[in-house]
Amino acid sequence: MEIKPILAALRQHKAGTILIAMQIALTLAIVCNALFIIQQRVAHLSEPTGIDEPNIFVIQNEWVGKVTSAEADAKLRTDLDVLRRVPGVQDATTSNSYPLRGGGWDDGVRLSAEQIEDTSDATIYFADERFLDTLGLKLAAGRNFRADEIQPMSTRDRLAPPVIMVTRALADKLFPNGSALGKTVYLVGGPATIVGVVDLLQAQSVARWASNFAYRSVIVPRRMAIAEGAFYIVRTQPGQLEPAMRAARKALFADNPRRVWDEREGILSFAEVRSAAYESDRGMAVLMGIISLVLLAITAAGIVGLTSFWVGQRRRQIGVRRALGATRGDILGYFMTENLLISVGGAVAGALLAIAMNLWLVTRFEMHRLSLLYVLAGVLLLLLLGQGAVLAPAIRASKVSPVEATRSV
Amino acid sequence: MSGMFAHNLRLGARSLRKNPVLTALMVMAIGFGVAASMITYAVFRAVSGDPIPQKSSRLFVPMIDNRGPQYNNAGEPPDALNYTDAVALMKAHQAKRQTVLFAVRLSVMPEDAQKAPFKVPGYAATGDFFPMFDVPFQYGSGWSAADDEAHAPVIVISRSLNQKLFGGANSVGREIVLDDQQYRIVGVADQWDPKPRFFDMFSGNAYSEPSQVYVPFNRAMDLKIETAGNNNCGGGGKRGDDREGWLHGQCVWISPWVELDGAADVARYRQFLTSYADDQRRAGRFNWAPNVRLRDVLSWLGYKHAVPPESRIALVVAVGFFVICLVNTIGLLLAKFMRRSSEIGVRRALGASRGDIYRQFLAEAGMVGLAGGLLGVVLTGVGMLGVGLVFAPEIAHLARLDVSLVSLALLVAIAATVLAAFYPTWRAAQVQPAWQLKSN
Repeated sequence: MEIKPILAALRQHKAGTILIAMQIALTLAIVCNALFIIQQRVAHLSEPTGIDEPNIFVIQNEWVGKVTSAEADAKLRTDLDVLRRVPGVQDATTSNSYPLRGGGWDDGVRLSAEQIEDTSDATIYFADERFLDTLGLKLAAGRNFRADEIQPMSTRDRLAPPVIMVTRALADKLFPNGSALGKTVYLVGGPATIVGVVDLLQAQSVARWASNFAYRSVIVPRRMAIAEGAFYIVRTQPGQLEPAMRAARKALFADNPRRVWDEREGILSFAEVRSAAYESDRGMAVLMGIISLVLLAITAAGIVGLTSFWVGQRRRQIGVRRALGATRGDILGYFMTENLLISVGGAVAGALLAIAMNLWLVTRFEMHRLSLLYVLAGVLLLLLLGQGAVLAPAIRASKVSPVEATRSV
Repeated sequence: MSGMFAHNLRLGARSLRKNPVLTALMVMAIGFGVAASMITYAVFRAVSGDPIPQKSSRLFVPMIDNRGPQYNNAGEPPDALNYTDAVALMKAHQAKRQTVLFAVRLSVMPEDAQKAPFKVPGYAATGDFFPMFDVPFQYGSGWSAADDEAHAPVIVISRSLNQKLFGGANSVGREIVLDDQQYRIVGVADQWDPKPRFFDMFSGNAYSEPSQVYVPFNRAMDLKIETAGNNNCGGGGKRGDDREGWLHGQCVWISPWVELDGAADVARYRQFLTSYADDQRRAGRFNWAPNVRLRDVLSWLGYKHAVPPESRIALVVAVGFFVICLVNTIGLLLAKFMRRSSEIGVRRALGASRGDIYRQFLAEAGMVGLAGGLLGVVLTGVGMLGVGLVFAPEIAHLARLDVSLVSLALLVAIAATVLAAFYPTWRAAQVQPAWQLKSN
């Protein structure tokens, strides 16, 4: 296919050419970034927590009125006993938080007492000796806490447990060359010895600000003994989640009604926890998906509209070419090539624009760098879209009869 | 003239009907573009507004570095005060009005034993809180400075809590028990919930559920009520081993606010903060140069990033989307107008001026814009139902479709379309009457 005459013809209608190219460029820039955002969010929300999610539910329990720390601890232990007797419940534990909760106690871990900069941030999880089993966590090395190591802790107590467990991600960060077992690290309250390493346990927040310690957690042998209550994490027998949740509520309120559970968040299956934690990620992905689809549709429609106009404008010329021996295929090829030329021009500009837009998003919103693969995929997508959109008007053009050459428009 | 305008509209309507597909395409492009922009703008407007416009330039957050430069975040002092500095600022009383506050959560045991107990969110603050923040009252008022001094067990409750507990009756003077402690109600605050909640940005409560109770700061300290908000101890250790140690340690958890009239007062207060920090240095408590801040409401909100990043990204993407829709419209209008070159040629030959052509085609574009705007309003309405998909529910429900948004949508649609029509119309007006007549 000769390109020269096409270029000459394009010069005749610069405005339309520029408009289509511009539209392709802008669409490419937005669609590339949108696809990239979707991929990031989807990858983010499929990160594992490391716990037995389908069979776990959590309760946020608060006590009514003034309760001393000792009273709160006694009530908490009674509650755990009650929970463990509920039919369908496999085990129950208590903590100050749980993965995907959204926030809580994160603190710095240091390697020496004098160090000012923390070596790493980490989520602090309180745990009793049944924490690992209840959550379904795997111990990668070392041992679990013994029952006699678990101590109650009040709001303003110093966090200084003699022994702790850490997640493997934290262990690798603290001690990149060798085992963390038996090593001493410094928490806010003082030194602690690592006795166990847990394979995988996600932090309590999956927000961006917590992303640099996403899987780094410290597990301390403590129970929250405060009036504000604590979280109960309950693991049920497979398939028993729903009835166990209902039964747990009934059993606990029957045992002691002086407690407050939030209407919406008092008791949650872990599926609900997960869906709430990633609500905005999912929403952003859906929004970007819708915007991309509508944009592509509008761009395609714009191409169809303008090309149809050109075909209509050039019916006579097409007729003349056909009369001079051009085949239908030649005419079809002409319009397809014309579109390809415009699209390539637009796509090159769009690729640059996409990268510029991403760089701006990176500086303004701490987004990640756009991978060039996405730009390439976007370019291909838009070239295909252009060819698809131009097909119908081009076929119509190829059906113009040579007789048109003799007719006045 | 108006007759001409009506004529132009009729011509436009006829032309639009002639290519229904092209017209529908333009209307839909504008409609989608307008709707996307309006939905995201509605959210953005809700979160970026001034929560207390009448006073935002007179309310200030004082900050004092109580930890030292090695624990600062990019040189900034902590976002709240520790107990020692909060009490000192209140005692110094250097501003017209001042308050210190922290979030609390107290349990209410309904008298009817059948009803489940519940927790109410609120604040421990000093009496100046109410006049400083223009809190409206349904009954009674806030408490006095004397009540603060006396550590009085008084309380202000919200209209909704009053409704729940007393059926909406005037409850001033009645007693209420929270966390087993008795309080005397002195005021019922009318509906008041500034968004973002500028005075408690420290605890991340910018968009939390409305607060229901306000208790005196001194009373709350006597009762050892724990903060339900943030408690930031930084990297500096010194957080104490028990409550006493914590109170006198370097953990920050109290939000301070002062009201200052005019630049002179602001300068004087800033001077006071510096000299206070300097006094602390001389007393040996701080061993670094005074590092203080005094920000008004809007710069405080900017500093604390009150506008969620999702909202900005969505707005940027939506505006880009709208621009593409407009480029698309320019192209389609160009196609549409140029297709009628012969018609234009005939009209020009029959004596129509360029101005006539301009008016005719801009009127046609205006109609497309109006139709697109109407579709956009409908789509915005539908989209508002789905706002919760993208934004957190407490932010999503702030976005509203009101009269100003509808008018803005229509205005933007028409203005943008007419603007987009300028180039195609200009091209149309360039059509030479003679050429067109010749080629036919």
